[in-house]
Amino acid sequence: MKGNEVIGEAAIKAGCRYFFGYPITPQSELPEYLSRRLPEIGGVYLQAESEVAAINMVYGAAATGVRVMTSSSSPGISLKQEGISYIAGSELPCIIVNIMRGGPGLGGIQPSQSDYFQATRGGGHGDYYLIVLAPASVQEIADLVKKGFDLAEKYRNPVMILGDGMLGQMMEPVDFGVETSGDSFDKSWATTGKNGRKKSNIVNSLYLKPEELEVHNRELEKKYLEIKSKETMAESYLTKDAEIVVAAYGMTARIAKSAVDMAREEGIRAGVFRPITLWPYPEKELNAATVSAKGVLTVEMSLGQMVEDVKLSLNGRLPVEFYGRVGGMVPTARAIFEEIKRMSEKFGGVK
Amino acid sequence: MAVVFDRPKSLTDAKFHYCPGCHHGIIHRLVAEVLDELGLQDRTVGIAPVGCAVFAYDYFDVDCIEAAHGRAPAVATGVKRTRPDTIVFSYQGDGDLASIGMAEIVHAAARSENITVIFVNNAIYGMTGGQMAPTTLIGQKTTTSPLGRKSELTGYPIKVCELLATLPGATYLARTSVHDPKNVRQTKEAIKKAFQLQVEGKGFSLVEVLSACPTNWHMKPVQALDFIKNDMMDYFPLGQFKSPEEAK
Repeated sequence: MKGNEVIGEAAIKAGCRYFFGYPITPQSELPEYLSRRLPEIGGVYLQAESEVAAINMVYGAAATGVRVMTSSSSPGISLKQEGISYIAGSELPCIIVNIMRGGPGLGGIQPSQSDYFQATRGGGHGDYYLIVLAPASVQEIADLVKKGFDLAEKYRNPVMILGDGMLGQMMEPVDFGVETSGDSFDKSWATTGKNGRKKSNIVNSLYLKPEELEVHNRELEKKYLEIKSKETMAESYLTKDAEIVVAAYGMTARIAKSAVDMAREEGIRAGVFRPITLWPYPEKELNAATVSAKGVLTVEMSLGQMVEDVKLSLNGRLPVEFYGRVGGMVPTARAIFEEIKRMSEKFGGVK
Repeated sequence: MAVVFDRPKSLTDAKFHYCPGCHHGIIHRLVAEVLDELGLQDRTVGIAPVGCAVFAYDYFDVDCIEAAHGRAPAVATGVKRTRPDTIVFSYQGDGDLASIGMAEIVHAAARSENITVIFVNNAIYGMTGGQMAPTTLIGQKTTTSPLGRKSELTGYPIKVCELLATLPGATYLARTSVHDPKNVRQTKEAIKKAFQLQVEGKGFSLVEVLSACPTNWHMKPVQALDFIKNDMMDYFPLGQFKSPEEAK
C-alpha cells in the first residue's frame, strides 16, 4: 500500500472513525482513501472549508472523547496552528499528520523536512509540546499511527505524525496487526451532554487569573517532563563501534543507512542514529549511540533544524557537522558518504 | 410561600459578569428556559465564543467547549458529527460570527449542520472595549471609528440573516430583538423553534438577536433600547428570513 493510504487504514485499525481535512498536495491520497473507507464502517469523513475549520472540527470531536485525525502538508499545518494550540491547552487527544513539503510560503510540493522547528517546538502560541513521531517506512507508519493514538489518549495531548512527500508516496508491504480502540482510556472528562452527571464538563484553555494559568502551565510542564522521561524512541544502526555517527530521521535516515553501508565497505566505521520521537528528543539514546564516536554528522532535508537538538543533546561532547538539501531536493547516499569520509579524515583515528 | 419565578435549571448559580443594561443576561436566560422546556439540558453541548460571552460555559449548566475566536460553528460541527444525539448550540457575538468567523458560519449553514446558532448582534466589539464591528452602523461612533463609521473607508454593515438566506442549507433564520417585553417573548419563541428544528433533525438554524451595549455605546440603558428600536431595527429589520417550509 501507499504510505498515505496506510496512515488512513492504520487509523481505522486503531479505532479512529472521524477525519476532518482540507485538500493539499502531497497528502491527498489520505483524505481520498478515508472518504471511501470511513462511510463503509459507520465513520465520518468531512471535507472542511479550510484547514482552520478542519482543526477546529477536530477540537470539537476530540472534546467528545472519540479518536479523531486530520492531515495536511506544511502550509496547511501553519493554518492549523491556532487550533492545535487550543487542543494542547485544553488537553485533548488527536492525531495531526504533516506530510512535509518545501517552504517557506507556498514553497513547493516536493519532499522536505523543513517543519522540524514548528513541529517540535509546539508550533502555535504558548508553552506546549506535541508528541512528534517520525516514521521511516510504510510499516512504521502503521505502527506509529496506532501507538500515536494510545500516546495521545494516555497523556491527553495532540500527537503529530511527521513525514515527507516521499514516504507518503512510497509503496511497501504492511502488516496492520491487531485492531485496537480507545475504549480502555478514561473519558469522564468528555463533553457529550451531562446525561445525569451532576457537574457539567467544560473543555477550555482560558485562565484569566495569572495564578490559575500558572498552575495550569505547571501541570502541563509536569506532563511534558513525564513524556520526556518515558516515551523517547530511537533506532541505532551500526553505532556500537562507529567513529562517525550520522543523525537523521524519516526518509533521510534510510538514505543515510545506504551511505553508512558504503562507508563500511571502505573500512570507515560509521553508523546511523535515527530518532523516532522528534519530541521528546531521544537525548539518552543519542548519547548511548555515540560512545565510540569522534564526530556526528546531521543530515536533513532542511537548512539545519534537528542539528540544534543534536548539539543540545551532546552538549559540546562531540563535534557536530551538518549536511542538508533543501527545496524538495533529496540528499543522495553518495553525497552523504562523501561527507562521512571527509569527517572520518578530519576526526577519525583509524582508516 | 410559593415560588413563582426561579432560575432555569440550565443556568448555573454563577453571577453574570455582564454590564448594567447589557442583554446577554436576558438572552442566556431565554436559551436556558428553552432547554428546560424542551427537556434538552442533559444532552446539550454549548460552544462558547471569544467576546463578552466567553464565560458562557460558567453560566450554562450544560457541557461546554470554549472555542477560538469565530470557530464555534466548526467546533459545533465536530461535536455534532461525532455525537449526533447531542443538541449542539453555539453562542456568538457579531465580531466573532460576522468578521473573523464568517467562513465557519457560512459553511456550517451551507452544509446544513444540524446545530443551533444564537447570534448576538450589538453592533460593536464589547469585550475588547468598543471597537468597530462588521455590524456597526454607518455613522456609529466606536473607539476605532471615532468620527463615526464611514462607508468610503470601511464599507457597510453585514446583514447576516439576509446573507445566509441565500444558502439552500440554511433551514431557519430569524432576527429578533430584546428591547421590550413583547420582543423578548418573540425572541424566546424563535429560539425555541430553532432548537425544536434541531431536535427534529431539520438542519441549520440561527437566531440573530439585536441587543444593547450601553457601556460601549456610551448610552444610558433606556437610551440604548431606543437605539435598537430606532437605529438598529431600521437597518436590521426583524423577521423570519428562512423557514423550514422554504428551505431546500
